[in-house]
Amino acid sequence: MAGVWIIAEQRDGDFRKITFEAASAAKKVADELGGEVTALVLGAGLADKCAALGKYGVAKVLYVDNPALAEYAAEAYANVCAELIKKGGPDVVLMGASMQGKDLGGRLAAKLGTGIAVDCTALAVEGGKLKATRPMYAGKVYADLFIKGSPQMASLRPNVFDVKEVGGQAAVETVSADPGSVRTAVVDKVVAGAGKVDLTEADVIVSGGRGMKEAVNFHIIEELASKLGAAVGASRSAVDAGWRPHTDQVGQTGKVVTPNLYIACGISGAIQHLAGMGSSKVIVAINKDPDAPIHTKADFCVVGDLFEVVPELTKELEK
Amino acid sequence: MNIVVCIKQVPDTETVVKIAGDGKSIVTDDIKWVMNPYDEFGVEEALRIQKAQGGQVTVVGAGPDRVVEALRTALAMGADKAVHIKDDNLYGADPMTVAKLLAKAIEPLNADLIFLGQRAVDDDSGVVSSALAEYLNLPQLSVITKVEVTDGKVKVERPVEGQTLVIESSLPAVITAQKGLNEPRYASLPGIMKAKKKPLEIKTPADLGVERADQIEIAAIVPPPQRAPGRKIQGETPAELAANLAKALKEEAKVI
Ligand SMILES: Cc1cc2nc3c(=O)[nH]c(=O)nc-3n(C[C@H](O)[C@H](O)[C@H](O)COP(=O)(O)OP(=O)(O)OC[C@H]3O[C@@H](n4cnc5c(N)ncnc54)[C@H](O)[C@@H]3O)c2cc1C
Ligand SMILES: Nc1ncnc2c1ncn2[C@@H]1O[C@H](COP(=O)(O)O)[C@@H](O)[C@H]1O
Repeated sequence: MAGVWIIAEQRDGDFRKITFEAASAAKKVADELGGEVTALVLGAGLADKCAALGKYGVAKVLYVDNPALAEYAAEAYANVCAELIKKGGPDVVLMGASMQGKDLGGRLAAKLGTGIAVDCTALAVEGGKLKATRPMYAGKVYADLFIKGSPQMASLRPNVFDVKEVGGQAAVETVSADPGSVRTAVVDKVVAGAGKVDLTEADVIVSGGRGMKEAVNFHIIEELASKLGAAVGASRSAVDAGWRPHTDQVGQTGKVVTPNLYIACGISGAIQHLAGMGSSKVIVAINKDPDAPIHTKADFCVVGDLFEVVPELTKELEK
Repeated sequence: MNIVVCIKQVPDTETVVKIAGDGKSIVTDDIKWVMNPYDEFGVEEALRIQKAQGGQVTVVGAGPDRVVEALRTALAMGADKAVHIKDDNLYGADPMTVAKLLAKAIEPLNADLIFLGQRAVDDDSGVVSSALAEYLNLPQLSVITKVEVTDGKVKVERPVEGQTLVIESSLPAVITAQKGLNEPRYASLPGIMKAKKKPLEIKTPADLGVERADQIEIAAIVPPPQRAPGRKIQGETPAELAANLAKALKEEAKVI
């Protein structure tokens, strides 16, 4: 049962989008390496949902049903994945570079005595080996890596790999594996506003910087964002001024985001900010200073006062 | 309470990164080296916990001689002692290799808490901490914005996509610091003077019994993909600018 495996990700009984991205990327790699895609699903009460992963190119699901796995826990997930991977011997193991995958990857690689290329933005097969491409130094350079150990492990930056539907149902096999003892427990959960999209998963982001001048002015950003179904981001200046929470910060010491559309309002485009959003598919800059560095990175540059342009844009989209 | 903080020395975030002649590494001359910003949060948190509960703060850094500067900075902030894992060729190594070295150096320190940064701003990997936790067989709490230590336990806050998890763990544990955890202090002048006399132990990979076996091979380092040059949106009034932008996003870029 070699081939390419993915570690699926679910929350509250639903697969997360990154799972479909990983499956689609795995399918491409498997086609080139010659082999099939197997998805490892860890959780409880998901038996009915597993077969549907076939739609994204998964041939087989190994499902571990255990209440101890309903919620992600590093130790339990690493133990179970390591046991099954050792047994199955896949050539390649892929997962999301989501909060879960970032937490799990290093521990699992250490258990398996292999290496992991994290937060990859491209995968290829060269000479029968996986070649992983990942940004380093905040995206100032990209590295092409090979993983010498086995399996070859990589985690994939969310929102970068296309989801491809290829149809079909996956064969589901229920297996058991030992989660071992877990020394951590989630004792509480604070949900950040119902229906709020997280920055790392958002298709569209509208961000505000020091040009917003005051916390209350962010309502014009919120209004545009709500028209676009977008998440709201911020520069570090806006966060440090206390206008927005830390979780909204985009950049080198904030979140790295890859939306289809990033609208920067009143943000100058410092190198540390660009590090977080420079790989967005389309970038719009709204800044009154024609020489602001953000304009050199943007696909569409609006030189103007954000307090005038942003509300007009919201109005325009209402038409 | 024995607290260990792992410190990586990294290029200042303003650094212009140049690719070296071998096409597989970066030019490290003329770089201004600083403590990884996330590690500053780790040092600060360790010092605050020490102040409340007593104990020792030890900082550990692996790399060439220059790494001592980052360790001295942490000592000047208030840490008690430092361990320098001296390896001239470590920069750019597989994080798994770094984690193994750190594990061997930390093992004898009897740590109750081990802090790292949630990621290093040069390799941007965030792998060392969870690999270290595995090598030391300890629980891990990563990307943490709040830490509370009580009764031999630790309670933390971990923001994940769309929610914040409150997690409890037994001690010892490995914690990685995220922005928002605290405001790191600056080293004071007396702190800097005192740091010069604080103990700094040097260990080599051979002392630690670690033989280097990188699991990752860097085949090439290349410039980032070029973006097509942007276009200025035309318009006399804000309304015209907005209308033309909306049109470009709908018809040209097709993103809305
Ligand atoms: C170690 C380190 C890490 C960092 N990490 C991050 C990070 O993760 N994220 C981050 O963002 N920064 C980060 N920074 C900070 C970064 O260097 C910049 O200071 C910051 O990004 C600037 O924020 P800004 O663009 O909002 O503010 P400014 O640079 O002050 O820019 C404000 C812009 O708003 C424009 N403006 C003002 N009024 C208007 C108006 N009415 N209409 C239109 N435009 C207007 C101005 O022309 C200006 O260009 C970091 C710095 C360091 C040293
Ligand atoms: N060479 C090193 N010496 C000491 N600590 C390190 C070293 N490399 C990484 N770390 C620690 O691991 C964290 C994450 O690094 P990384 O996994 O490389 O992104 C850093 O913030 C440091 O706390």
